[in-house]
Amino acid sequence: MAAFCVAASELLHNMKQISGFYPKASCVIRRIRTTNPRCDSQIQPRAKSTPQQLVGVVGLEIHAQINSSTKLFSGSSVRFSAPPNSLVSFFDASLPGTLPVLNRRCVEAAVMTGLALNCNINRKSLFDRKHYFYADLPAGYQITQQRQPVAVDGTLTYSLLEGKKRSQVIRKNVHIKQIQLEQDSGKSLHDDVHSQTLIDLNRAGVGLMELVMEPDMSCGEEAAAAVRELQLILQALGTCQGNMSEGQLRVDANVSVHRPGEPLGVRTEVKNINSVRYLARAIDYEIQRQIGILQRGGTVQNETRAYDSKSGETIPMRDKEGLQDYRFMPEPNLPPLIVYEDNASLPAGIDACQAVVVQKIKEGLPELPSIKRDRLVQTYGILPEHSFTLVNEDGLVEYFEAVLMATKKEPRKVIGWVTNELLGHLKQQDLSVSQSPISPPALAELLELQETGHISSSVAKQVFQKMWRSPGKTAAQITQEHDLGLVSDTAQLHSICQKVVDSHPDEVHAIRNGNKKVLNKLMGLVQKETKGRADPVLVRKILQEKTS
Amino acid sequence: MLGLFFLGVSLALREGRISPTELCKKCLNRIKKTQHLNAYITVTEESALKQAQQSEVRLLKGPLDGIPFAVKDNFCTKNIKTTCASKMLKDYTPPYNATVVQKLLDQGAVLMGKANLDEFAMGAGCTDGAFGPVKNPWSYAAPYREQTGAMLESDWAITGGSSGGSAAAVASLTSYLALGSDTGGSTRNPGALCGVVALKPTYGLLSRHGLIPLVNSMDVPGIMARSVNDAAIVLGILQGLDVRDSTTVPAPSPLTELPQDFDVKNICVGIPKEYHAPGLSEETLAQWSRVADLFERAGAQVKQVSLPHTQYSIVCYHVLCHAEVASNMARFDGLEYGHRSQIDSSTEVMYASTRHEGFNDVVRGRILSGNYFLLKQNYQHYFVKAQKVRRLIADDFRNVFGSGVDVLLTPTTLSDAACYQDFTQEDNRTRSAQEDVFTQPANMAGLPAVSVPTALSRRGLPIGLQLIGPALHDKKLLSVAQWIEQRVGFPSISDWDYSRERSAHIH
Repeated sequence: MAAFCVAASELLHNMKQISGFYPKASCVIRRIRTTNPRCDSQIQPRAKSTPQQLVGVVGLEIHAQINSSTKLFSGSSVRFSAPPNSLVSFFDASLPGTLPVLNRRCVEAAVMTGLALNCNINRKSLFDRKHYFYADLPAGYQITQQRQPVAVDGTLTYSLLEGKKRSQVIRKNVHIKQIQLEQDSGKSLHDDVHSQTLIDLNRAGVGLMELVMEPDMSCGEEAAAAVRELQLILQALGTCQGNMSEGQLRVDANVSVHRPGEPLGVRTEVKNINSVRYLARAIDYEIQRQIGILQRGGTVQNETRAYDSKSGETIPMRDKEGLQDYRFMPEPNLPPLIVYEDNASLPAGIDACQAVVVQKIKEGLPELPSIKRDRLVQTYGILPEHSFTLVNEDGLVEYFEAVLMATKKEPRKVIGWVTNELLGHLKQQDLSVSQSPISPPALAELLELQETGHISSSVAKQVFQKMWRSPGKTAAQITQEHDLGLVSDTAQLHSICQKVVDSHPDEVHAIRNGNKKVLNKLMGLVQKETKGRADPVLVRKILQEKTS
Repeated sequence: MLGLFFLGVSLALREGRISPTELCKKCLNRIKKTQHLNAYITVTEESALKQAQQSEVRLLKGPLDGIPFAVKDNFCTKNIKTTCASKMLKDYTPPYNATVVQKLLDQGAVLMGKANLDEFAMGAGCTDGAFGPVKNPWSYAAPYREQTGAMLESDWAITGGSSGGSAAAVASLTSYLALGSDTGGSTRNPGALCGVVALKPTYGLLSRHGLIPLVNSMDVPGIMARSVNDAAIVLGILQGLDVRDSTTVPAPSPLTELPQDFDVKNICVGIPKEYHAPGLSEETLAQWSRVADLFERAGAQVKQVSLPHTQYSIVCYHVLCHAEVASNMARFDGLEYGHRSQIDSSTEVMYASTRHEGFNDVVRGRILSGNYFLLKQNYQHYFVKAQKVRRLIADDFRNVFGSGVDVLLTPTTLSDAACYQDFTQEDNRTRSAQEDVFTQPANMAGLPAVSVPTALSRRGLPIGLQLIGPALHDKKLLSVAQWIEQRVGFPSISDWDYSRERSAHIH
């Protein structure tokens, strides 16, 4: 069978100019614990006294596939896993005489992404041809934006959760050098058995946004947090679906190490990373590898390395033969891309519907994840880390808010149900929020039963599980069917309590000697007898009477 | 009938004096008789007859309905081989029509075939194609044969290039009009040497969609016709925005027939002194002076102007041309279409051998030098510098037109057509540099230009003069061109039945 080959995307990534990513400004001093690759995000006061410590420096190059129904320069559809070569126009196959026609939707997506990342939007940007021969690049060149990209000079703010309970939120910034529009390549399928290569051009010409993040990060966790935040932003904007495993978001990491205050070290480029988790691991492995080399007195090679998720290591990739010169040239078939500030700045004769107007896009920007988290914390009084959990899961904020609409229970009491019970069950079965068998009103009803004292909190959890397994049944129905209602019959509870007291003389003795905490043990035993249905207030009262 | 302008034929068709099928058959017959010219790479006899038939049953709907035309073989034609006169595309059949081809077909024009050219339009003689050179029809007509005493088959003259097949098709009366392409003069040059009207419209006025590119930033579909008015009508049909070509511009005005009584009194004709270049033949110079005098006598203002950067133009043209060629030719790797080498021990080896086998020396040479110009270390020194000079050249024209000049009058070529044996003494590069010297500046600046035949030389070969106008003033340019045409009295080749002359000379 033909094995899927990532060579094409790697090739694309390989092409990026290497020089000039590192700003001259000195970096924040960071310290790496060599025993634990997790980095300290806080500036360590001690770091200044130990300047010989080697620290990691990480920059990222990210290719985000634009979420558009058609390709960047042709009308072919864009779809993942369509039959090979079923989404290929004459232009995509580079038939002679065909010309690129820019897709406005892709430009708007790039402008929108640029605005969300605080970039300057270039009123005029240009397209260039980047030449190299590869079987899945039919024209022999890629149309990209080398000289003047559509957006430049932005910032991505992301947060790290620190502390034992990860309750401390630390905000960080990474500088976005530029966002450029460019074409994706096709895919090569190498059939080793018949020693042939099959080409699928479905992906050829799909619009990409290449985002270049400056080396402002120092470890895998920071890079992962930055990429995760970017993912959320792109998904909120709808400009990219952001799925790394489907290749909609492809991340290459530029990693080097140096001693703070000294020039940056020789860097490597790490590729073949297809999840945020692997990104963190790959970077931390690479930092440790480079530190190891330097500590042994060796030198780091400037090379491209691939991450092997099985071994958790990075390994050198077979280098392209010789030095590539991409022979950049202006794309002569596309006039400069002009975006307009607002409708007033549109020149006469330009249809406002056909033009890309920054103001209009700005007005259409949705609530970004960071704003959403702040709003959740402020509005509902939940903990910041809970706001991260909510926003991280597509649809969970909406779910949470829908539950709140239908219950009088306090948000701070609801949040645990959503982030623990619901999310836990979803994750276990690999379901999305929208696939949850328990709807927000159903959960709200369950919480109401608990809130009004009809069921205990432990029973509520049992009911939740039963609801999960039998969708459609209400909490009230389940409670009734399984006779899970609170037992408040005083006589019945008296007899159960008596049995427990009689069979645990030592505990009773301890309580009578003043160790009131032991009462909780007896309460637990009573609940065990009643399967958690006993009214805890009543049980406590009866037990207190019987042990006094 | 064949010697008429197409407007005349169009009238004859409408009046029923001839049917589209009869006309088509006459032209097909003529193509057979003039096969030795090698004007066509593919003759589409079957589909032409079918189209003529359709034209017949349909009420003739416009001036082009039923009119035979030829298309340079670098315009894509659906289900008809499009070779670019290259081994690389020897068997390539495009799945779509170029926009300009489709527009002509939509008007009911009848496609006779695909016209010969220099490989990928790289040449100025139409001598460098994979299917052999094209012969100038005038070099088989009586004036040439009598005046040069040419007796041998090998004494024929070239058509000029690269649209030599298109020019020969129109000149030899096998088509009433033809599409050429013009990157540095490829339409005007053979137009002048074959005695037909050759228009290079303003860059962007005609769609390039489906034109297999030479230099995207300079390529323009060219129109070849027997009269200026014919060319104007075709321009009116072909011009305008095309959503498939982002570099097209809206037509400034709908263009129908030209005014028959255009007055040149208010026209200022500029004579650029830099075009008085070394190598300019006496006869061509004499024609230039003659027409300038015609203008002056008619009350036009004729003044000498300067385009100071002209001398640098041809060098910059070559740098930019070769760079774009290197890029445009990158797609011909044998994978998706075209020639594929049998030598395929690795993908790289297959690329190399495919491209070596598929392209001629001229194309390979331009790819090599173009890639050299684009190398990181050379880019500023060659490409960027050439672009800057290109701007200066465009500014030269802008300044002249800004100073009140309406049109520039220049020679189209240095002289009349060279004899094939003389022409091939020099290599393609040298020839291109010589032959394109008057024509490529208009491409560098994107301006409209037209070559009008003015006289036969002493050798019995056509001489043409060029008019260059400001961007998007194509109609005015053609009006002035028609004024010249009406006064110079250029003879029709049908005044001599040249094919009979030819047979008389071959023993």
